[in-house]
Amino acid sequence: MSGESTYNPGNGFTKWMDSRLPIMRLAHDSFVDYPTPKNLNYWWTFGGILTFCLVTQIVTGIILAMHYTPHTSMAFNSVEHIMRDVNYGWLMRYIHANGASMFFLAVYIHMFRGMYYGSYKAPREVLWILGVLIYILMMAAGFMGYVLPWGQMSVWGATVITNLFGAIPVVGDSLVTLMWGGFSVDNPTLNRFFSLHYLIPFLIAGVVVLHIWALHVPGNNNPVGISVKGEQDTVPFHPYYTVKDGFALALFMILFSYFIFFAPNVLGHADNYIPANPLVTPAHIVPEWYLLPFYAILRAVPDKLGGVALMFGAIFVMFLLPWLDTSKVRSARYRPLFRQFFILFIIDCLILGYLGAKPAEGVYIVLARVATVYYFAHFLIILPLLGLVEKTKEVPESISASIHPTAPQAAE
Amino acid sequence: MADAHPPVAEEPNRRDFLYLATGAFAAVGAANIVWPLIDQMNPDASVKALSSIEVDLAAIESGQSITVTWRGKPVFIRRRTEAEVSDARSVAAAELPDPEVDADRVIKDEWLIMVGICTHLGCVPLGQSGDFNGWFCPCHGSHYDTSGRIRKGPAPKNLEIPPYDFVGDTRIKIG
Repeated sequence: MSGESTYNPGNGFTKWMDSRLPIMRLAHDSFVDYPTPKNLNYWWTFGGILTFCLVTQIVTGIILAMHYTPHTSMAFNSVEHIMRDVNYGWLMRYIHANGASMFFLAVYIHMFRGMYYGSYKAPREVLWILGVLIYILMMAAGFMGYVLPWGQMSVWGATVITNLFGAIPVVGDSLVTLMWGGFSVDNPTLNRFFSLHYLIPFLIAGVVVLHIWALHVPGNNNPVGISVKGEQDTVPFHPYYTVKDGFALALFMILFSYFIFFAPNVLGHADNYIPANPLVTPAHIVPEWYLLPFYAILRAVPDKLGGVALMFGAIFVMFLLPWLDTSKVRSARYRPLFRQFFILFIIDCLILGYLGAKPAEGVYIVLARVATVYYFAHFLIILPLLGLVEKTKEVPESISASIHPTAPQAAE
Repeated sequence: MADAHPPVAEEPNRRDFLYLATGAFAAVGAANIVWPLIDQMNPDASVKALSSIEVDLAAIESGQSITVTWRGKPVFIRRRTEAEVSDARSVAAAELPDPEVDADRVIKDEWLIMVGICTHLGCVPLGQSGDFNGWFCPCHGSHYDTSGRIRKGPAPKNLEIPPYDFVGDTRIKIG
């Protein structure tokens, strides 16, 4: 990665290994002696937290798959079997179901952190794009996982989401039939969703490797957004950030445990404990909380194709973010105007999330339209213009100078 | 190595042809093997085999509806009242989002038979409700009239009429 390798094989075996497969050297250079900006704050601990989430989901998921049956006549009962009969089955399922929510909570914080500190700007565009890719894969995995218990929300959520693709001109209907493997969401659909739900986490793991690779080429961004100028700006990853990440992870696990042990169903929907009935739609279909903002955008548009296009557009516009933000200054610390618009953007996302959970009628639709327009305006109008008109604050000379503004700088 | 070769003949030469032919052959071969991998996801023979049903209508009184399952989807069968039929016929087709006259949507006036799936995103609408006393989809607020035509809301089309025929006075075959 960046810089010279400092790895020193200690014994005969590691020396033998190092000249054949230098995997210990790779691990040492990436996670032990990796030079990391010395000013990273706690918002930078979510990368480690997200890795923990992915591993948790894969481990509990593999265990759940040992007891689950992907068939319409048995899926619901096999989930109840996991909850009642399997030793610690309830724990595995509650960790997995709430783990999905924790995963999204962490990824949203991670993404907003990247937006606030301009972590997507050159030379980290590919890093950002890989991150958006992971986010899309996460949404696919989360959606398909929600279908597997085969409750009412499973089936009707699957129906609504797969029908989104029916809005595509010409090929839409054939595409939906292809996805269903029939003429409605039924057993073939459940069976393939299970197969894909098992696959996607490993795709995510693969993209995570690329994401970390793309991180380690330019190195971490940091709260002041100034590139590392030399050794005086960095500390080794271990022990400084292994300990900081570990402490943040412990706090995160307290929150996680609260949901698992004290409120395991509060983030779910009661209707999903009713077995699926393809002839009766629940009065009020809502997706999981982490998809609500996009659901609000979908429903804000009084046209099927238009709604679907804007919903997917709301995700894909993130790919363009590195080029839509025209400002040369990375961190919002030195961008007073951007800082205010960033706060407005977070509020807008929260409002969209709130509206996504409300019925699509009356004042809610009007508000959803306003919030949708603002969402796109943030990316397509505000960010490009801000870079041109904003008067930024003076940026410190280096990371060290930002920490000790008055201290004389080491001879450079 | 390169020096050992004779000077290259004028383009295109025999090697170019072999190169392109091999590439084209490999591409056709790859397409042939990819199609089964995709098509296996389409409805299989057992799904298609269940694609038509017969329904006896004799027990349904005027103003009553039943829902039957056809291809895994709900099909609404409603014996409409005279008021509902005249309601459906009193509106000019041209004013509708998806213009269609009521007579084109039924074989016999009182029997309205349609797929009970909202054309927006696939929910099952509720009967005899909504602003037009027809069907109302609670998911995203689409209103259908007594002919199952979309009148208000995000759905783009009228409720679909499945292929069906009367095989007796009060017996139909759907599909």
